[in-house]
Amino acid sequence: MGNVIDIQHLSKSFGSHEVLKDINFSVEKGEVVTVIGSSGSGKSTLLRCINLLEIPSGGEIIYHGENILQKKNLNDYRKHMGMVFQQFNLFNNWDVLNNCTVGQKKILKRSKAEAEEIALNYLKVVGMDRYVKARPHQLSGGQKQRVAIARALSMSPDALLFDEPTSALDPEMVGEVLRVMKELAQSGLTMIIVTHEMEFAREISDRIVFMDKGLIVEEGSPDELFNNPKHERTKAFLQRALK
Amino acid sequence: MSLDWFITIITNNWPMLLRGAWMTLVISTLGTLIGALIGLIIGVINTTPKAQKGGQKTFLAIVNGLLRVYVEFFRGTPMIVQAMVIFYGTPLIMQWLKATIGTDFGFNGDMNATFAAVVIVSLNTGAYMAEIVRGGIISVDKGQFEAARAMGMNHWTTMTSVVLPQVLRNILPATGNQYIMNIKDTSVLNVITVNELFFQTKTIAGANFRYFESFFIACIIYLIMTLTATQVLRFFERRLEGKANYQMLDEAGIMRPKSRE
Repeated sequence: MGNVIDIQHLSKSFGSHEVLKDINFSVEKGEVVTVIGSSGSGKSTLLRCINLLEIPSGGEIIYHGENILQKKNLNDYRKHMGMVFQQFNLFNNWDVLNNCTVGQKKILKRSKAEAEEIALNYLKVVGMDRYVKARPHQLSGGQKQRVAIARALSMSPDALLFDEPTSALDPEMVGEVLRVMKELAQSGLTMIIVTHEMEFAREISDRIVFMDKGLIVEEGSPDELFNNPKHERTKAFLQRALK
Repeated sequence: MSLDWFITIITNNWPMLLRGAWMTLVISTLGTLIGALIGLIIGVINTTPKAQKGGQKTFLAIVNGLLRVYVEFFRGTPMIVQAMVIFYGTPLIMQWLKATIGTDFGFNGDMNATFAAVVIVSLNTGAYMAEIVRGGIISVDKGQFEAARAMGMNHWTTMTSVVLPQVLRNILPATGNQYIMNIKDTSVLNVITVNELFFQTKTIAGANFRYFESFFIACIIYLIMTLTATQVLRFFERRLEGKANYQMLDEAGIMRPKSRE
């Protein structure tokens, strides 16, 4: 199966600070890839570069055989990459259902009926279909994040990017979000996840990427990486993280 | 001073007073609405992400520069002076245009005073609203913009579908303030013969020489208008606030009728 995206020699600097250096990274269709690493290692920036929320300073992102960094209209590409944020970022002016339909209607030009059917379907998947009329400020963090996942899925993306989806949640709410993500992973959705939940990463990932200081230090199956890390830095990080 | 005078003035002049009050309301309401629209448009332009390409960047810079001049000019000069300059200056500019470029675009610059009044109040309000809207947009959480962008929305869709509805809520109190100021400040437009409440009262007082009584009545009418406007705005604010709790659908997906509160 083909790659959803191919990243070659990607770099990103904020001023003189080089956050990403020569990243080569690709994701196959249906693959679940988790990016781990300590804070400041550049993993969130990498994810944001994949969605072009940050414009890379150099390198290429190949999508459907084209380097999208050369294209003029980036929005045409962005709509194919769903994003789930640490802070949920539900649209505060819309209720749950409209959060999941506004993008479909405005960007994918789906009809209201079609958009609502798709939205309801995904809200059911995340277990939030009984809250369609609720406003974001009326929901708990875990509920918000599940709606955010349904919103991203409603756009029928080629891949879903998760930027530390459980880091802003109370411990008892982490479980419900991880459960949903696990189901999605098993359903064959292409996912790129940045997380600090090591056990979870180990359980659901097809591949784990370890980043440090803007570089991909090591990647491999969960088994290889957790049980048999090759690099000193990976070992040191896992020792700290799995304690 | 006696109570009789108040009654006499009101019974003899109530149609004029009412017409004046109506005119004041029309000018300040239209002016506030158009001004708010101007402010919203400027806010959207001001927050357009910087283009990387040359032509678009220059264009945006020029537009922003012009808007800056507009805002600073109208915020920095009194409305009474603007009224004089615009009302008496426009015909001169149109004359000059006709002499230099050969056409005045079919508009000789002579304006109906009421039309001029609405234009002046709108432009004035627009300048203040531009800053209020800018503040309103800045106060919307950055995550809202990011979520919209990540979905593939362009600046315009982001603004109209996500940001501006939230901005409108944020700026409602400030807009209400502006509206009340406009109700009062339209009184300065009497200098260009707009027959709003102050102008009408001046006419009445000029005829009966009862300045205190006449203007005291005007004072009460202004107060009634501003207090009513305040209440109406409060009502809208409360409506926009919404409830803190929500209704869940039951198992069958039906929303139960609300129990009596």
